Amino acid sequence: MTDRTADRRLVLKRLGQASAVLGASGALGAWGLRSQGRFGAAPAQGRLRDLRVADNAARPPIVVARGTDPALLVRAALAGIGGMERFVARGEAVLVKPNMAWDRTPEQGANTNPEVVAEVVRQCRAAGARRVVVAENPVHDAERVAERSGIRAAVRAAGGELVLPGASGFTWTALGGSVLASWDVLSVLLQADRLVNLPVVKHHSLSRLTCGLKNHMGLIGGSRGRLHQDIHPALVDLASAFRPTLTVVDATRVMRRNGPTGGRLEDVETVNAVAAGTDPVACDAWAARQLGLDPADVGHLVLADGRGLGRLVAGAGTVTEVVANG
Amino acid sequence: MAKVLPVVPEAAATRPKGPVYLPRVLRRVYQAFFLLLFLASLGLMTEEGIRRFPVKLLLELDPLSALAVLASSWVLPAGLAVALAMVPLTVLFGRAFCGWICPVGTLHHVASWLTRRLRRGPHHHVNRWRPHFRLKYLLLVALLVAALAGTLSIGLLDPLSLATRSFASALLPALSSVAASDGQRPRTFAGAWLTGAVFLALLAANRWIVRWWCRALCPLGALLGLGARAAVFRIHVDPALCNDCHRCVRDCQGADEPFDRHRVSECHVCLNCVSVCPEDAISFRAFAPTASPNGGVDLPRRQLVGAALAGAALLPLLRASSAEAAPETIRPPGALPEDAFLARCVRCGACVNACPTSALQPSLATAGLAGLYTPVLVARRGWCEPSCTRCGQVCPTGAITPLTPETKGWTRSASNGAPIRIGTAFFDWGRCLPWAMAVPCVVCEEVCPTSPKAIWLEAAEAVRADGRTVRVQRPRLDPDRCVGCGLCEAKCPVATPAAIRVTRAGESRDPKGGFTLGRTS
Repeated sequence: MTDRTADRRLVLKRLGQASAVLGASGALGAWGLRSQGRFGAAPAQGRLRDLRVADNAARPPIVVARGTDPALLVRAALAGIGGMERFVARGEAVLVKPNMAWDRTPEQGANTNPEVVAEVVRQCRAAGARRVVVAENPVHDAERVAERSGIRAAVRAAGGELVLPGASGFTWTALGGSVLASWDVLSVLLQADRLVNLPVVKHHSLSRLTCGLKNHMGLIGGSRGRLHQDIHPALVDLASAFRPTLTVVDATRVMRRNGPTGGRLEDVETVNAVAAGTDPVACDAWAARQLGLDPADVGHLVLADGRGLGRLVAGAGTVTEVVANG
Repeated sequence: MAKVLPVVPEAAATRPKGPVYLPRVLRRVYQAFFLLLFLASLGLMTEEGIRRFPVKLLLELDPLSALAVLASSWVLPAGLAVALAMVPLTVLFGRAFCGWICPVGTLHHVASWLTRRLRRGPHHHVNRWRPHFRLKYLLLVALLVAALAGTLSIGLLDPLSLATRSFASALLPALSSVAASDGQRPRTFAGAWLTGAVFLALLAANRWIVRWWCRALCPLGALLGLGARAAVFRIHVDPALCNDCHRCVRDCQGADEPFDRHRVSECHVCLNCVSVCPEDAISFRAFAPTASPNGGVDLPRRQLVGAALAGAALLPLLRASSAEAAPETIRPPGALPEDAFLARCVRCGACVNACPTSALQPSLATAGLAGLYTPVLVARRGWCEPSCTRCGQVCPTGAITPLTPETKGWTRSASNGAPIRIGTAFFDWGRCLPWAMAVPCVVCEEVCPTSPKAIWLEAAEAVRADGRTVRVQRPRLDPDRCVGCGLCEAKCPVATPAAIRVTRAGESRDPKGGFTLGRTS
């Protein structure tokens, strides 16, 4: 009697164990057969939004301020095109993109003037921006660049937030360009409501001019050197994908030779000007003239004009000059 | 603690059994069948063989591969779902796979039988269970944890992968290099000596301990051993009939000690003990009441945690060793992107076996330690045949996607869609005959199989040492047409090394991996 009970208990126990193993492996197998897998799912795809604001016929497309105080220059140029309030609404997240690519000091003119960066950040804060991110994917070591360019200290003092993207700060994004179909784009750009492009004016051995359109290369990751195989269409692809809200051109110092890295102070000329505009092509065309270049000789500007991204030849009265002296 | 054995006279332990024990005969038939199936599968990895026979079935039956691939890639490839059939087998009969099916087990079985007279000492001592046989469970835990982290190094020790790899890239080529008499160039493989030596050394270990590989190391055996804890059918010793002669231990394959408290996790179900018991005290039956707790193998928690930690540390250390794969890490056409590939490839070498030109080689150092024994294309040894898709057809895990000549895209015009690219060829002009020495040569252009050809010729005048000006055609490469097949490198007469060499640059499995703007997605 007891033996039979023990037998029955053993049979139930063994059958239970066997069923448990069968069930567990079956469930695991069924899950595995349906699973997309750790690598199976398509990688996250970023989507770019149009960050521009409405045109305002009453305002000139580009205003140039001349004077010696960089902060005053920024304020005067911005005032001329309607003030930062026209571009940044209360509670918005703004991405400010200076040229901060090189291990150079401000005097060497390879990066955007930190005083100009600081004033743009302050203006965004004053307009009510919830968050002002200053970001760049630099060529040289990011930490060193942030320090030596003076931009980290300037951004901190002005109440902005410096983002150095590292390896994981990019999102694979469709650009829909003629040579750039998809590329890694700074994730902070995809999160921003507004984009202020803040280039410095420099000579470049291949693209001739480094200014706003060329500055977009700091918004992307990956093997950027490949863009040089077809630089002008590639820059226009970036320009038609990013469409900044506002361009502020730093021409306080202009690098005339040996760009875009420079290094010699003799290559840098003090021009003491800042331009602000909503037409990125017109801004770069103005910058080209500061270098003594005919904008019609700069391939990517001609192509950008052809694609309707802005106007290469400014009409009468489109460039307004103001003098800003404190 | 194992009980101390009384000394039993050998004579008493060798009483003949009498009539033939049918299940044991049946087991031998199974073993022979699956060993032949294993060898035939290797031999049949040809165009016709792949079309007509399930040549990868045995590899797909491997539940360890299935579990490990699931752990590392979170996917159970449809082919590997066959391995689920091993679950009912195991919960019914325990490790019957080890004793009846596994070709590696069979080879070790034979090796232990051949060396039976060399093992000295009383058999019931020589053939007892030893604490270090727990090692296989610890290896299983460590390698499964590593698989969860994303590396499939478990394939290095999986017996079916180990055997496929060893036969394909060491033992069979070695055999054919001895036997080949028709002047045919034997197939050669990187590290064949090492691959073969490891396999033979494991077989040789039988001279000291019967099936030491199966008992101490095999992680598949360990996995099945865990499943066998739930086995319905088990060895049963009737205590009323057993006279403690320990004859059952002599031919035991798993060191599961039937006489004592039978270790069901270690039993290979060879049924030798049932067959030889002079008292007919041993039977194999359902719901047998005798069994040791934990299947007969206690696994101290500290050892398990240690093994898990070791496994968890493996991948971060491997990752810290290399930023990216070496330029020569050219993967077979259809290979998944590198991360996914390493998480799927069980290192079985079926692709290496199937490759008709021996271009696919097991990687020893090329792909780093994380890629040990993964396949790489070595264009000096062979090239990727334009219409061949064998490697993907025989891959049991889908690490190499099965292609057709059409989806591979090397036999049609490039205008019909993008072909699979495995790399790009680069000229070394300092070695190239027309470029460096004004010697006419067009071999690379001649053999270039893409259409139109990726290698084109530029007419030029070159000056020779004696001052004569000669017309040469200098080969140049269009990177947008090159698929990286390696035919140019394989046939380049300069050879040591070739004047044109392939690297993995521009491989299409990596959408960001191009180097020209024309190749970005």
